[in-house]
Amino acid sequence: MGMTMVQKILAKATGQASVKVNDVVEPKVSLAMSHENGALVINQFSEIYQGTGQPANVWDPSKIAIIFDHRVPAESSKTAGNQKNIREFVARQGIAKFHDIRGDEGGICHQILPENGYVLPGSVVVGTDSHTTSHGALGAFSFGIGATEMAAVWALGKILNVEVPGTIKVVVNGTLPKYVEPKDIILHLIGKLSAEGANFKVIEFHGETIKKMSTSGRLVLCNMTVEAGATAGIVPPDAETIRYLKQEAGVKNIPELFGPDADAVYEQVVEIDASALSPQIAFPHTVDNVKPVGAAKGIKVQQIVIGSCTNGRLDDLAIAAAILKGKKLARSVRMLVFPASTRIYQQALKKGYVETFMQAGAVVMNSGCGPCLGVHQGALADGDKALATTNRNFKGRMGNPNAEVYLCSAATAAASAITGEITDPRTVSPAPKAKNVKRKTLNVKRTAKPAKKAMKKAKKTAKKGRK
Amino acid sequence: MKMGKVVLKLGADISTDIIYPGRYMATVLPAETPQFAFVDDAEFNKKLKAKQIEPGSFIVADKNFGCGSSREQAASCLVGWGLKVIAKNFSRIFLQNSINVGLYMVICPNIEASEGDELEIENGRVVNQTTGKSFDIVALPKARQAIIDAGGLIPYTRKLVLNGKK
Repeated sequence: MGMTMVQKILAKATGQASVKVNDVVEPKVSLAMSHENGALVINQFSEIYQGTGQPANVWDPSKIAIIFDHRVPAESSKTAGNQKNIREFVARQGIAKFHDIRGDEGGICHQILPENGYVLPGSVVVGTDSHTTSHGALGAFSFGIGATEMAAVWALGKILNVEVPGTIKVVVNGTLPKYVEPKDIILHLIGKLSAEGANFKVIEFHGETIKKMSTSGRLVLCNMTVEAGATAGIVPPDAETIRYLKQEAGVKNIPELFGPDADAVYEQVVEIDASALSPQIAFPHTVDNVKPVGAAKGIKVQQIVIGSCTNGRLDDLAIAAAILKGKKLARSVRMLVFPASTRIYQQALKKGYVETFMQAGAVVMNSGCGPCLGVHQGALADGDKALATTNRNFKGRMGNPNAEVYLCSAATAAASAITGEITDPRTVSPAPKAKNVKRKTLNVKRTAKPAKKAMKKAKKTAKKGRK
Repeated sequence: MKMGKVVLKLGADISTDIIYPGRYMATVLPAETPQFAFVDDAEFNKKLKAKQIEPGSFIVADKNFGCGSSREQAASCLVGWGLKVIAKNFSRIFLQNSINVGLYMVICPNIEASEGDELEIENGRVVNQTTGKSFDIVALPKARQAIIDAGGLIPYTRKLVLNGKK
């Protein structure tokens, strides 16, 4: 009987000719990723070695990656302390794939791993972050685990007790209409499957639309498969995978590529006609509460967020910049942009996107996860509504259980920033040519003179005081 | 004795953000996480902190309990209060985390219970002593039961390390 993509990867990682769904296997891990929760992994890792008389050394420091992204720069002394412990551990163990907060090589873990060539097709990747599913975009079996499970991986180099998951085949055909993005495909799919519809399963992506899609778009799809409960998402590697690895990730030795068997057995097949899709919105407070953008028309939002491990890549920033060029955000809106990595940030600077965002009134922040999960930066007020390109809209997301988060693509987010309400990007008119939109609403007189006077007075008083 | 009262009844898709909000993720040690369990449900969190909830009490939830983040704090904070969770099903990562850190959890697809009901777990069934009804439990796969029997993933892995089974 033929094997699915993940069955083939698991057979390879366990040295078996074949594996069946529900077999319990212990695959060797190719890459084990953590972020700031590495602090807990370190704690659990030392616990494992308590009383064994053996030194607590990781199985292979070259296969461990640690990326600071959730709380950068540290928002509290507690986080700073966790980060310090991790830095010391990294130095002690000789972990080279370590990305601290830096302007040259920092960023969000799910962008750092692919862009540095850490993830290869056919490999097994685990990460202490649920969106580790992202790396299926490069043909790896990649999934999220908890900190204690990671501690066991650090010790053993394999992952214990993995049941071979069944696979849902998703076939996407047709050309995406203008301003309909990979994000809209995955939101639509989650709406169709439900938040638990793929629980314990893998979603394998096929079809002409996927074949033509860039790795960036595939990362969006795989990133959000976990929102349907999936263990992992995966795209069989192809010519685009090779292009990305060589051109963008600098990988020289590309492993032999393989896809699923032609007679692989799937639990379910879902077909999507991309050409019939419209921009999609996930309404609060579950990711599967998905409706076409028209259903959200007129909903006023106070915060727009473009960025995150889902949609903070260069193509997202490009489409948002194209829509915002020469325009201004609505006065009622604040807009945060956070590129997925500093490399993307630098590319966006060169291409002028950062300038476009700032001239429109948006704030461009450092790469990180802060606003998405609400640990710092960009928290919402009670009653606020946010429209974000992030991946979750659970109650309490963005730091406030009394606020609401709507999810969408970068195109929809940018279009909505202009109007201040959820807006179909297909209805936005092109930017006016060479005309500066001026602020008319403010009627505040400059206070430079009185301020100067006050300064002089203060200086005089200070002099008197010294005498 | 696996007997206890239902102290919290929840719906479907209870995310890790509800169980343990992201803003407390810098707190990592299992000894320190319980204070933030269900912290946005002020009433329930207060009861926990005032020790008005007995260890061994049950949280009963609908489908997809623990969806979302891989943050282990969502499981460890409940262990700290000695709570047990019965749900129609669990999200994959939360289920695995629960087993790894020793959270007592039960998959019971047809569970019916209200707050205040007395539940007992016996012979693979949840018995609602208040209503007299009983419900089948879905057994965990053997591979996972072995981790539970070892008292969690840390002692389980420690044994492997000692046996040189790397």
